[in-house]
Amino acid sequence: MRFVVMVKATKDSEAGKMPSTKLLEEMGKFNEELVKAGIMLAGEGLHPSSKGVRVRFNGDTRTVIDGPFAETKELVAGFWIWQVKSREEAIEWVKRCPNPHESEGEIEIRQVFEADDFGPALTPELREAEQRLRSKIDTKS
Amino acid sequence: MTATDTQRAIETVWKMESAKVIAGLTRIVRDVGMAEDLAQDALVSALEQWPTSGIPRNPAAWLMAAAKHRAIDHFRRHKMLDRKHQELGYELETQQGSIPDFDAALDDNVGDDMLSLIFIACHPVLSTEARVALTLRLLGGLTTEEIARAFLVAEPTIAQRIVRAKRTLSEANVPFEVPRGAELAGRLSSVLEVVYLIFNEGYSATAGDDWMRPALCEDGLRLGRILAALAPGEPEVHGLVALMEIQASRAAARTRPNGEPILLLDQDRGRWDQLLIHRGLAALERAERLGGARGRYVLQASIAACHARVRVAADTDWEGIVALYGELARLMPSPVVELNRAVAVSMASGAAAAMPLVDALASEPALKNYHLLPSVRGDLLVKLGRFGEARPEFERAASLTRNARERDLLLERARDATVRSNPTRS
Repeated sequence: MRFVVMVKATKDSEAGKMPSTKLLEEMGKFNEELVKAGIMLAGEGLHPSSKGVRVRFNGDTRTVIDGPFAETKELVAGFWIWQVKSREEAIEWVKRCPNPHESEGEIEIRQVFEADDFGPALTPELREAEQRLRSKIDTKS
Repeated sequence: MTATDTQRAIETVWKMESAKVIAGLTRIVRDVGMAEDLAQDALVSALEQWPTSGIPRNPAAWLMAAAKHRAIDHFRRHKMLDRKHQELGYELETQQGSIPDFDAALDDNVGDDMLSLIFIACHPVLSTEARVALTLRLLGGLTTEEIARAFLVAEPTIAQRIVRAKRTLSEANVPFEVPRGAELAGRLSSVLEVVYLIFNEGYSATAGDDWMRPALCEDGLRLGRILAALAPGEPEVHGLVALMEIQASRAAARTRPNGEPILLLDQDRGRWDQLLIHRGLAALERAERLGGARGRYVLQASIAACHARVRVAADTDWEGIVALYGELARLMPSPVVELNRAVAVSMASGAAAAMPLVDALASEPALKNYHLLPSVRGDLLVKLGRFGEARPEFERAASLTRNARERDLLLERARDATVRSNPTRS
C-alpha cells in the first residue's frame, strides 16, 4: 500500500529559510535509508506558499488567489510517496525521520486510495462504469 | 497506546529489522538457522518487555543488542562445554567456542551482510521452491503462514521447506559472503530468478485471490529495489527492477472488472501508473549507463519500455521490439521468446511475414500444450482472411487454457471465425 507522507510547513519554511547543512545531511541519510529499504517511490520539497496559488471553486465561478496563505501549520512543505506493508510501518519510518524543522512541526501520513479500498460498495458494475468513463475521458483528451 | 497497538508496533519493527538482525548475526555465528533462532529470541524479549517499558527510541539497535546478548550466552555455554570436553580429553577447535568481537562485527558492513544473506537464501544448493520460501522468510519478513497463504500451500509444508533449506545450507557449509569473480554472475542470476519468481507469482494472481497473493508483487519489487541499492554496479539488477516496475505499472489496466484479462495493446493506457513507469525507465537508464552486453532482464525491460514510452498503441516501435526479441532469442533461445518475436514481426511487417516463424514452432515439444501458440496462429490466419483455418486454432487454444475467462474469449473468436468463413449464412 502507498502513503503520501507530508511534511507540514512552519514559519521558517514559509519564510523561505533554507535548512541547515546538518539537517540536509541528516535528511540525506534518512532518504538513503528509505531507498535502501526499497520503500521510497518519490519525494519532493515545495516552495513556500508565497509562490503558490489557489483556485477557489464556488458553483460555476473560479477565483484565483495568490499566496502566501495564512494557516501555516496546515500547509505542506514537502512530501514523500512510500510503498510499505502497513500503516504501522509508515508510522515507524516517520518516527525515524530527523526533525524536519528546527522548531515544532508535524508530519502527516495519508493512505493513497487503490481500487480495492472502495470495498464491496464499488461493485463490478460500478467499476466497469468507472472504467468506461475513464476511457471516454482518455479518448477525448 | 493500547496493548494491541504496542503488539502491532513490535511486529512492524520486527518485519522492518529482522533481515538486518539476522544478517548481522549470521556473519558472527556462521549459521543462518542459528542466527534466525537467536533473532527470534530477541523478538520474544521485545514482546515481553516493550509493552511495559515502552518501545525504545531506537528499536533496531535494541533488537540487535538483545540478539547479541543471546549470542554471547550461546558462545559462553559452548566455551564451557568445550572446557568440559577438553577436561575429558576431547580435542576441540577453540575457534568455535571463542567469543568474537560483536560490536565491530555488527556495526560494519550492514550492506554487505544483507547482500550475503540474499545470496545465501538464494544459494543454488537449494531447490527453487526452498530459495523462494527462505528469501521471503529471511528478507521479506513474511511469516511461514503468510508465505503458505501466498503460494496456496499448507503451512507445515512451507515450515518444513524452510527447516530443510537451513539444514542443507548448514550441512553444505555454505560460506556467508558476497560471491566474487567468476562465481558472481551465476549466483546473481539465481538471486534475480528468485526475486522475479516472487513478483510473477503475485502478478499472475487473480482478483479473487487472497490478498497475500497479489501482495507478492510488492514483495518482489521491494526485494528488487533493496538489491539495486545494495549492488548498484550490476546492470542486470537494475534491468530486473525496471522490468518489474514497468509490469507493475499496468496492474490496474490488465483485467476487466469481471477478471477477464485485457491484452497489452487493448489496455487503457490512461490507467497505467506513470510513477512506476517513470521509475522503471530510470532504472533501465541506470542499467544502460553501466554498459556491457545487455542481459536477459535488461532486454526484457527494454521491450517493456518500448510499450511504456508510447501513449497510443499504434505508435509502438515494432521494428525496435523485433530487434530486441532477436537479441533476447540469441541470449536465451526459447520457443516462448520466438513466439513473442513472431507476434512483433506480424505487427512490424504483417501477418504473412510472421506466419513462417509461427509454423516453425508447430513441432516444438515445449509449446505442445501452450495455448498461446494456436491463439497467435489463429490471430494471424484471421488477419490473412483464412477464417476457416482460424476456427480450429482458437478452439484448440480454448481447450488448452486454464483461465475460464480466456477460454470464453477464445471460443467467441472461434465462433466469429466460423461466421466470417461462411458469410452467406450470417
